[in-house]
Amino acid sequence: MVFAKPPADREEAQRLALLELADDHLVLSQRLGEWCGHAPTLEEDLALTNLALDLLGTARTLYATVAEREGRGRSEDDLAMLRVEREYRNLLLVERPNGDFAHTIARQLFFAAFMRPFWERALGSGDEVVRGVAGKALKEMRYHVRHAGEWTVRLGDGTEESHRRMQAAIEALRPYLDELFVSSEAAKVAEEEGILPVRAEIRPEWEETVAEVFDKAGLTMPEWPHPRLGGREGLHGEELGHLLAELQYLQRAYPGAQW
Amino acid sequence: MSEKEMPLWEVFIRPRNGLAHKHAGSVHAWDAEMALQAARDVYTRRGEGTSIWVVQSAQIVASDPNAAEELFDPTADKIYRHPTFYKIPEEVGHM
Repeated sequence: MVFAKPPADREEAQRLALLELADDHLVLSQRLGEWCGHAPTLEEDLALTNLALDLLGTARTLYATVAEREGRGRSEDDLAMLRVEREYRNLLLVERPNGDFAHTIARQLFFAAFMRPFWERALGSGDEVVRGVAGKALKEMRYHVRHAGEWTVRLGDGTEESHRRMQAAIEALRPYLDELFVSSEAAKVAEEEGILPVRAEIRPEWEETVAEVFDKAGLTMPEWPHPRLGGREGLHGEELGHLLAELQYLQRAYPGAQW
Repeated sequence: MSEKEMPLWEVFIRPRNGLAHKHAGSVHAWDAEMALQAARDVYTRRGEGTSIWVVQSAQIVASDPNAAEELFDPTADKIYRHPTFYKIPEEVGHM
């Protein structure tokens, strides 16, 4: 069985740490892309796919970097499209289904509120590619936080129904939030090498961002003593398989197809 | 939440510093902040803008199309209002 193997050495660990990040961005991008043609309004349809393309851009740079550094003749497309479910190392949060609009917005807020300070710290990375990605992605994440944050306030502080749905979305996603702050074995190496920021250190800032939005929105963050982990080891929910089936269909049906 | 119930906002984009904001189109949004975000997402996807204005469509006072003749036709014969109407003497040089 193919699965996400632990790194063999420190070099590989640093590549895998970038691969984890790339997978987070690709999978969330695909999720947002699922809204194309289905969002509540035309304006939001474009907004969500804009966010998706921001994430895809980051994923592409990271995949291309990993592919080049591993030197095994694989391309960014091979990494994005031709691995099996257990080889994906994304956070469980990003693969959670879109649900209703409130679920999508909550997921986006949680992710972006983490990535904004992450990239801010990564501006000082010892890896040139990471610094480059950080410069671009930081601006994007500032907007993602703003976009999702404004929506969260309006839904939380909107009608009885929108408040109920927003709170339900937060509760449904709560078990997946702790994984944001856990570093895999690979990420720990990258953190020791000064390539990536230490994930656990981002928690206070993340909590502050989310709390500020929740205060305005009249929403509450439930306690959750049993964090769901495993994404970094390739242990995913059933939902990721469905997502990948759609994402990979073209490359599987027409291997090597380009456009 | 349907688009029909939401207020309509007119969007004006300034492409570069020094140029005026130009009407780009409209968006639906419940309030000004969300209208700005929607305008950004709909109308500046290809690097069109450095600044956005939004104004509620209902706040725009428009001239009556039926009054177009009385408003605009009287200017048609006043060609002396165009700078090209005047001949500049050679001695003045480049203006």
